[in-house]
Amino acid sequence: MSELRGWRALPLGTVPLKFSTEFKTGDWRTFRPVINQEKCVKCLLCWIYCPEMSVVWDGEKVSVNYDFCKGCGICARECPVKAISMVPER
Amino acid sequence: MAAERTQEIVMGLNGNEAVAWAVKQCNVDVVAAYPITPQTIIVEEFSEFVANGEVNTEFVPVESEHSALSACVGAAAVGARAFTATASQGLALMWEILYIAAGLRLPIVMAVVNRALSAPINIHCDHSDAMGARDSGWVQLYVEDSQEAYDTVIQAFRIAEHPDVLLPVMVNLDGFFLSHTLQDVRILPDEVVKKFVGTRDPIKIKVPYLGDKEVPLVLDGETPITLGPLALPDYYFEHKMPQVEAMEKAKEVIKEVNEEYARLSGRKYGNGLTVAYGLDDAEAAVVLLGSAAGTVRYVARELRREGYKVGVLRIRAFRPFPVEDVVEKLSNVKVVCVMDRAISYGARGGPLFMEVRSAFYDSPEKPIILNYIYGLGGRDLPPAVARKIFLELLDIAETGRVKQLINYVGVRE
Ligand code: SF4
Ligand code: SF4
Repeated sequence: MSELRGWRALPLGTVPLKFSTEFKTGDWRTFRPVINQEKCVKCLLCWIYCPEMSVVWDGEKVSVNYDFCKGCGICARECPVKAISMVPER
Repeated sequence: MAAERTQEIVMGLNGNEAVAWAVKQCNVDVVAAYPITPQTIIVEEFSEFVANGEVNTEFVPVESEHSALSACVGAAAVGARAFTATASQGLALMWEILYIAAGLRLPIVMAVVNRALSAPINIHCDHSDAMGARDSGWVQLYVEDSQEAYDTVIQAFRIAEHPDVLLPVMVNLDGFFLSHTLQDVRILPDEVVKKFVGTRDPIKIKVPYLGDKEVPLVLDGETPITLGPLALPDYYFEHKMPQVEAMEKAKEVIKEVNEEYARLSGRKYGNGLTVAYGLDDAEAAVVLLGSAAGTVRYVARELRREGYKVGVLRIRAFRPFPVEDVVEKLSNVKVVCVMDRAISYGARGGPLFMEVRSAFYDSPEKPIILNYIYGLGGRDLPPAVARKIFLELLDIAETGRVKQLINYVGVRE
């Protein structure tokens, strides 16, 4: 964590100090989606449905960005071939 | 006399029309409003200007006051000059957005045509609506007549948009007493007002995540910024401090704008923050806001002719509250009566009383300070009652005996 700034050093008008991508918000997940690449048919429904834009499509395969995934399970629910399983975090 | 003064036209306008005329001349980009008595005439009149093509303003007829102020927040956030008007329940419905407008430092101007709050329902004047918004971070100015309503709306844009301030400004005018009462109002030429208010010029801020690049503090696709996202216990407090500083700085700006406007129009409202009458040698003085100050000053003038040393201090800026000014002007008075047109239930006196009394806590010279709560729900303050109050104060000045600290005047037992 960098040094906390004093109020005179903040941008005016409640403009934040960092990009939202710098705030990792995936740490309150209780289940993590794990994709079975063998089963996946690359339909991209998980990519469409993920409310956090945490499913990443790199042109070849889908993967999950765990920095922001909340573990909501929508991707697993929508996957037509049940390629995503929700595994408890510990 | 300023050259512009000779080119003024005199119109018979009520307070609301005077506000609408000021807005018409201030080059406002967006007006979003919802009608509510006694404010309706402002937006009614203004929508006529829009329909006649007399202004280029985008007029947004919204479905509630909550939306009216939200639309102004959106407009002001992209750099537009925005105006709205409301009263009473309408202001109450705007409540959460009031704080957002101030927190985002959006220089919106709003006319509040002061009206009592329900229940029971009442459409007439008191200051409970604006007092409820006292701590929302808006600058609050209170006017005494329709001419001042016109002048103050013009000044309000300059105050709100000043780089040292950048706060929303509420211009308060008493419902019906001012909003629906005709008065000769001097209107400056369009060009003069246009020049005085200029165009809104957003300040630039350094954005750390853009490598401290300077970008305008507005939502703009070219230099994208986010306004008002989550700030947790580690930063929320810090984001509030600039609002404290801006309010303090607003005092000077209100004074300067008052001076500059006086040079232009020949009209000056005290030092901008307060308007004093007879305080140099007054033994008894009344402190109050808004239109009743006219009646009280009329009575004070009569009493002075009869040889009584009385004075009046009208508070024009309630937020920021001119503490130093109030103390300086009232220090030598023996008895001060603060008149509140609102109740703060459960508190020791009305909101204005608490400010004035607290202002004197550290002063070695302090008057006896009483509170008279008056005029709720549009109840009149006739000269006879004002006279009675002054005579009571003079009696206390002589005897030093205070019967009651907090008094409700004009209410039936
Ligand atoms: S669990 Fe929810 S947040 Fe995480 S990738 Fe699946 S849909 Fe997105
Ligand atoms: S929904 Fe299932 S099959 Fe479709 S891309 Fe996602 S993981 Fe693969």
